Amino acid sequence: MEKKTPIYERHVELKGRMVPFAGYLLPVQYETGVITEHNAVRNKAGLFDVSHMGQIVIQGPDALENINMLLTNDFTNMSDGRAKYSPMCNPEGGTIDDLIVFRQSKDKYLLGVNAANRDKDFEWIKSNVKGNVEVLDISDDIAQVALQGPNSYDILRKLTNNIPEKYYSFLEDVDVNGIICFVSKTGYTGELGYEISCDKTDGVKLWNMLLDAGEEFGLIPCGLGARDTLRLEAGMPLYGHELSEEISPLEASLNFTVKMEKEDFIGKEGIRKRGTSRRRVGLKITGRGIAREDCDVFVDGQKVGLTTSGTHSPTLGYPIAMALMDKDYTDIGIEVVVNVRGREIPAVICDLPFYTRVK
Amino acid sequence: MKGERFYLKSHEWIEFIDEKTARVGISDFAQQELGDIVFVNLPEVGDEVVAGEGFAEVESVKSISEVYSPVTGVVRSVNEKLQDSPELVNEDAYDAWFVEIGDISAKEELLNEEEYNEFLESEN
Repeated sequence: MEKKTPIYERHVELKGRMVPFAGYLLPVQYETGVITEHNAVRNKAGLFDVSHMGQIVIQGPDALENINMLLTNDFTNMSDGRAKYSPMCNPEGGTIDDLIVFRQSKDKYLLGVNAANRDKDFEWIKSNVKGNVEVLDISDDIAQVALQGPNSYDILRKLTNNIPEKYYSFLEDVDVNGIICFVSKTGYTGELGYEISCDKTDGVKLWNMLLDAGEEFGLIPCGLGARDTLRLEAGMPLYGHELSEEISPLEASLNFTVKMEKEDFIGKEGIRKRGTSRRRVGLKITGRGIAREDCDVFVDGQKVGLTTSGTHSPTLGYPIAMALMDKDYTDIGIEVVVNVRGREIPAVICDLPFYTRVK
Repeated sequence: MKGERFYLKSHEWIEFIDEKTARVGISDFAQQELGDIVFVNLPEVGDEVVAGEGFAEVESVKSISEVYSPVTGVVRSVNEKLQDSPELVNEDAYDAWFVEIGDISAKEELLNEEEYNEFLESEN
């Protein structure tokens, strides 16, 4: 039986098409449809319920040491109020999850993790921490929304003047028109945007308040469908597709998140041994058809890759995909053929992200 | 039967031009369920289609659906406009025909408009 987020009833009232996702019932789209919702985020603003995301706290005098051992990125010189993206690996170098670390203080870190991996992460972290540190899963206490799009600042500004300025920074205890919120300048769309969380009992109020404030700025509620097309265009990995226990962060081309010069961390040796015989690249589909996940990719009749996600790109107007390609076939411009249910569709290797916002 | 529109329970429509020739598409209910349609994979002229079997695919942003043929016959023409503008199916599902089928030799059990609407109501 799927769980409901604190904002579930509102989605039903707004005629969201509810589907099971990572153990929750969430709207895949509203009556507006995926493309309209996608375009709202690119051109105006969109509001997503992301209450399903997991939140794990690691706190105590040995918190930093443990974070640096558990995660592949380096958190040593991080300041309070900053956020950092990182994979978490198993000893073999496979990826357990990808997450965002929010440093609340030297001794307290909040981890935003994937809903589907929340229990696995919590168990993994608890069984691997050492010393004086406490691990808490606070996911069920929190409602979280993502306000994304070029108008998101103007919308939020109507409700508070306390807004994080820098990308990947956050503010705590922000009074958003009477609701105490955690506000970060983060997102999963490639646009300017904020993720805002509060106590679950205030979730519906926060959602309604933002939708009302955003009406004059073209804000509409958006579902999982648009969330996926937006992150794909932005070249962002989705766990279970571009990342898994069988894919290392280097294979997923997330080199900037893996600090091999760190003294030690779980997976360091595994990642090294694994190497990068394959890497994640972008595919621009030049033929007719949409390559989604698990399509074989060929060059000169030889299988050299596998797609991990794909869709029709509403912003670009043609289909795009991401693929794990053998290392000799990762150069931009290489022409490939993707096998989509028996049909051979031409495509070309391209740079990620597919879409970058104009600042 | 000429000029009248019939349906399959799998949400395709068929309109006969004469005894042996008909156009086929997907119903308005189907396009609404699919959402934004971004690709239609059509057969080629001359391909044989079989009553009750898939002959085309329609893709929305999130999903792929098979389109089933209401009749057995041969593809006489395909609606090329859908290749470049699949959204025409969302705009008017009964204008956006997929294929014209000739030499029709067998039919699935077809529902008339009233029967199809009753079927939709009973499903909800």
